[in-house]
Amino acid sequence: MAPHTEQLTRPAVRLAGLTRSFGGRTVLDGIDLELPAGQFTALLGHSGSGKSTLLRAIAGLDHGVAGGGRLTAPERVSVVFQDSRLLPWRRVLDNVLLGTDGKDAAERGRAALAEVGLKGRERAWPGELSGGESQRAALARSLVREPELLLADEPFGALDALTRIRMHALLRDLWQRHRPSVLLVTHDVDEAIVLADRVLVLDRGRIGLDLTIDRPHPRSYREPVLGEYRERLLAALGVTEDHQ
Amino acid sequence: MTAVTTTTAVPAAQAQELPQVRRRRRLSPGRRLPAARLVGPLLVLVLWAAASAAGTLDTSAVPAPWTVLRTAGRLWTDGTLSTDVLTSLKRAAYGFAIGLAAGVLLALAAGLSRTGEALIDGTVQLNRAIPTLGLIPLFILWLGIGETFKVAIIAIVVYVPVYLNTHAALAGIDSRYVELAEVQGLSRLAFVRQVVIPGALPGFFVGLRLGVTGSWLGLVVLEQINATSGLGYLMFQAQNYGQTDVILVGLLIYGVFGLVSDSAVRLVERRVLSWRRTLSS
Repeated sequence: MAPHTEQLTRPAVRLAGLTRSFGGRTVLDGIDLELPAGQFTALLGHSGSGKSTLLRAIAGLDHGVAGGGRLTAPERVSVVFQDSRLLPWRRVLDNVLLGTDGKDAAERGRAALAEVGLKGRERAWPGELSGGESQRAALARSLVREPELLLADEPFGALDALTRIRMHALLRDLWQRHRPSVLLVTHDVDEAIVLADRVLVLDRGRIGLDLTIDRPHPRSYREPVLGEYRERLLAALGVTEDHQ
Repeated sequence: MTAVTTTTAVPAAQAQELPQVRRRRRLSPGRRLPAARLVGPLLVLVLWAAASAAGTLDTSAVPAPWTVLRTAGRLWTDGTLSTDVLTSLKRAAYGFAIGLAAGVLLALAAGLSRTGEALIDGTVQLNRAIPTLGLIPLFILWLGIGETFKVAIIAIVVYVPVYLNTHAALAGIDSRYVELAEVQGLSRLAFVRQVVIPGALPGFFVGLRLGVTGSWLGLVVLEQINATSGLGYLMFQAQNYGQTDVILVGLLIYGVFGLVSDSAVRLVERRVLSWRRTLSS
């Protein structure tokens, strides 16, 4: 797939007055938001701030949740969850191909596995994979559908710090090659800064901060300029660094 | 294993203060003995044979192993045993097959649709509350004392555990997998085939093994009280004539049936659920 940056102007996701509430408690309080096609957006927020609710609403997974507003999203949407959610009774390749059919499906599955660095593990059972490998397989499963929108709900939250850094590089590469719109839900400020073009902070059901990070990729965690973004984001999250 | 003594790397002054590492007392039972499952039964057999040979056992109460074998040979050659075994096997097989099919179909209907659940689940739970063997008098009045009633009772004994375990497994499918299937855009049929049924198989096999055991139990009870043929009938008659050796032959065959059928189910289970070995090993 060729990168189609010309699509950046066309919104991939559009939310207008989106509200969601659980048992009378408002979680999303009238959110207006546009995500341009091909943009990498990170969504930050405290636990319970409604960021997963927002992602699940865009994914169309919030059955029976009260709420209103308008929501448009592309046809082909993939979701990566915090757990890899591989079916333990299907081999890795069959997991990647879950819900994908067509004559060349197996070929595409193999290619996707190779792309995430799991070439040769096609016939392995999910129980034989490490945490990082499982999440790579989950990424391959979302890629093979050639999504226009990739929703990721704290996909690296359960991984160790070293694996997480390698997965950041992988996700960035995959995004640059395939250029889906990405919405990455995370509570890791550094992860958001290093990966995303735009960082949103969700605060009490509303977008509290909408920050564009205009730095070329790949970014290093050590870039001093990123520190300013970090401080603004931490301030928006209500964290003050008074230990300095 | 080379470097067992770690103290060599420590300076001498410290080595005096720090105690040498000793391996902890092992609390797990350790490695499994070879052919562990056969050891106990073989020991019983040896004791039985030894006691019989020494003449310490009352042969009218517990005949010697070789007497039992000789009786089995005699009964087999004169044809009574083979007919009885065949009759028993047929009853168990029919009952088991019908019970298995009914249990699986009802579990699928109840597990995959809310209407099915409303209609079936409560009814089966009620059925379960009544001990199936207690239905024998009623079934004899309904179906007569022939084969139909025996097969029906065995089928009920089998379908209950198959239904209960399969239904519980279907109903307990991980909601995260349901969500995944929705995200991946699976059709309802593909969802059932690729997610629900494979996920429910472990539960089904639990039910299957209980069902197999149940079918033999039902068979024994039925044949010993209301039959004019079959292995149980043979044993019942032997009781009237005080032939303990014949009773032991019957028990032996029941035991072989149970062992073989359970091993067969285990074998199939191991094949079908081969993905599970990666977790337990």
